[in-house]
Amino acid sequence: MNPLTDSKQMTKAAKFLRITYIALLILALVAPMIGLYPVFVMKLLCFALFACAFNLLLGFTGLLSFGHAAFFGSAAYITGYLIKSHNFTPELGIVAGMIGSGLIGLVVGYVAIRRQGIYFAMITLALAQMVYFVCLQAPFTGGEDGLQGVPRGALFGLLSLQSDTAMYYLVVAVFVAGFLAVSRIVHSPFGQVLKMIRENEPRAISLGYQVDRYKLMAFVLSAALAGLAGSLKTLIMGFATLSDVHWTMSGEVILMTLLGGVGTFFGPVMGAGIVISLQDTLADKVGSWVNVIIGVIFVLCVLAFRKGVVGELQAWLERRRSVAAAPKA
Amino acid sequence: MEIFGIPLQAFLGQLMLGLVNGAFYAMLSLGLAVIFGLLGIVNFAHGALYMLGAFAAWIMLDKFGINYWYALVLAPLTVGALGVVIERLFLKHLYKIDPIYGLLLTLGLALIAEGIFRELYGVSGQNYNVPELLSGATNLGFMVLPNYRAWVVLVSLAVCVGTWYLIERTRLGAYLRAGTENAALVQAFGINVPLMVMLTYGAGAALAALAGVLAAPIIQVNPLMGSNLIIVVFAVVVIGGMGSIMGSILTGLSLGVIEGLTRVFYPEASSIVVFIIMVIVLMIRPAGLFGKEA
Repeated sequence: MNPLTDSKQMTKAAKFLRITYIALLILALVAPMIGLYPVFVMKLLCFALFACAFNLLLGFTGLLSFGHAAFFGSAAYITGYLIKSHNFTPELGIVAGMIGSGLIGLVVGYVAIRRQGIYFAMITLALAQMVYFVCLQAPFTGGEDGLQGVPRGALFGLLSLQSDTAMYYLVVAVFVAGFLAVSRIVHSPFGQVLKMIRENEPRAISLGYQVDRYKLMAFVLSAALAGLAGSLKTLIMGFATLSDVHWTMSGEVILMTLLGGVGTFFGPVMGAGIVISLQDTLADKVGSWVNVIIGVIFVLCVLAFRKGVVGELQAWLERRRSVAAAPKA
Repeated sequence: MEIFGIPLQAFLGQLMLGLVNGAFYAMLSLGLAVIFGLLGIVNFAHGALYMLGAFAAWIMLDKFGINYWYALVLAPLTVGALGVVIERLFLKHLYKIDPIYGLLLTLGLALIAEGIFRELYGVSGQNYNVPELLSGATNLGFMVLPNYRAWVVLVSLAVCVGTWYLIERTRLGAYLRAGTENAALVQAFGINVPLMVMLTYGAGAALAALAGVLAAPIIQVNPLMGSNLIIVVFAVVVIGGMGSIMGSILTGLSLGVIEGLTRVFYPEASSIVVFIIMVIVLMIRPAGLFGKEA
């Protein structure tokens, strides 16, 4: 294929993508004004950020962590506890949550990267369950009841977050920052090494890269970002509970990413949107069947469309483009 | 008489409880190992199949009046047949791709099974009485041994050793092991590998269900009993290393016992002791105690 048209096509696609993102950002900014319930959108963005953090690991490094609820949940607890019992301001609470989950990520990652593939998944799952039991029994987590009535407080001690609108714009800002951070990480030289590890680990090793260090770094970054999402969730909802650290939460974030499209930037956001909307609309109508529906989606994703919604869309666009470009070549 | 300040009776009681749990860990991790060996699939649905086994026994008694002794055979057969259906419908499409997809698909199946039973029976749990023949306890002089628990340990040991013998010492087992090494070559010798794979998954499912039936009189039969257990079993598998059948059996039993002893001396840690051991083992032997370095 002619490299000139190829690069032209690339910039065309990039431009299209940029326009889409700007349109989505505008939509997010005006969402409360056009009648979307802010708390719902906040929750959605929170889980979208969680899924993006998870995708940094699965999609761009090729590591399936089955324990991301541990980071999401522990940050949720740390933030909630510090704000409620030690009068931390929201931003300090969030930072503390991120540091806490990052440190737990360092320990879990250090242990887990000794094995690969399926074993990696099982080890992260087991360690996350250990975090779950700690949260169940530790004195400050409220056991079965969780932490409740966490106040939103005032940002930097100045800007009150009591109103949903103020909180909403903070969440949008944090989400955009998190999304850009993931994209920045992936496009950096560091991110390119991660992709190489995903594609061909032995080659990366033979080229002299200290693969384990890169993997661990990616794991910690992903854990801290997942923690950011968890901290934010506590702030929005005002509570942290055991379901935030339970392994089913780890399963949900996998589903969101898989459904949207593993290794795409927007896929996890889309996946989170679909799963959260489904849960929100169906929960009071069908009860436990919602779990059955989630399970069915899981099975369908694995059997029929492994690339996810965004991934399949991209593949379809590419096919069309190559068909359109074919006569010229 | 006391051991480290713990009354002997309480000590032995917890030891027995640990041995019973260990028997379940052994049976379940054995089934996982067999399925992983031949299909290359980490069967996340194993916990759900265990739950289905227990529910099958309970439904058979409650709705049809089929007693424990028949259920001990019929429930595993039913769930094993279901396993065959699952293999034909879903798993056979996944053999040539990343094993992670097998894990995710079986997770989906587990969610479906749990969701359905939660909707139908709630989470409160159903009682299943100990069969008359095995009720009561035997006084051994130094402790009172509940008959049913002793029976569970004996049966699961017999099943584990039987499975080990079948796979390591018989011709059928040799085919199975050869199939895991090179399916195409085994097929070239005229052995029906797809059939073998199908039946292996069915047998693994039946093994999980048998554990479920054995567990039914000890615990409350409830939809979440499998998902709580499966993660500990995963840790057992990581500790043992998935390579060896005997490894699963020994690791399962000993971890159950260690868990029981922890409950005696430091109850707060009993639910995480298995995971702590996992971390220690991984530090020293990343491939697991009985695993081969990959």
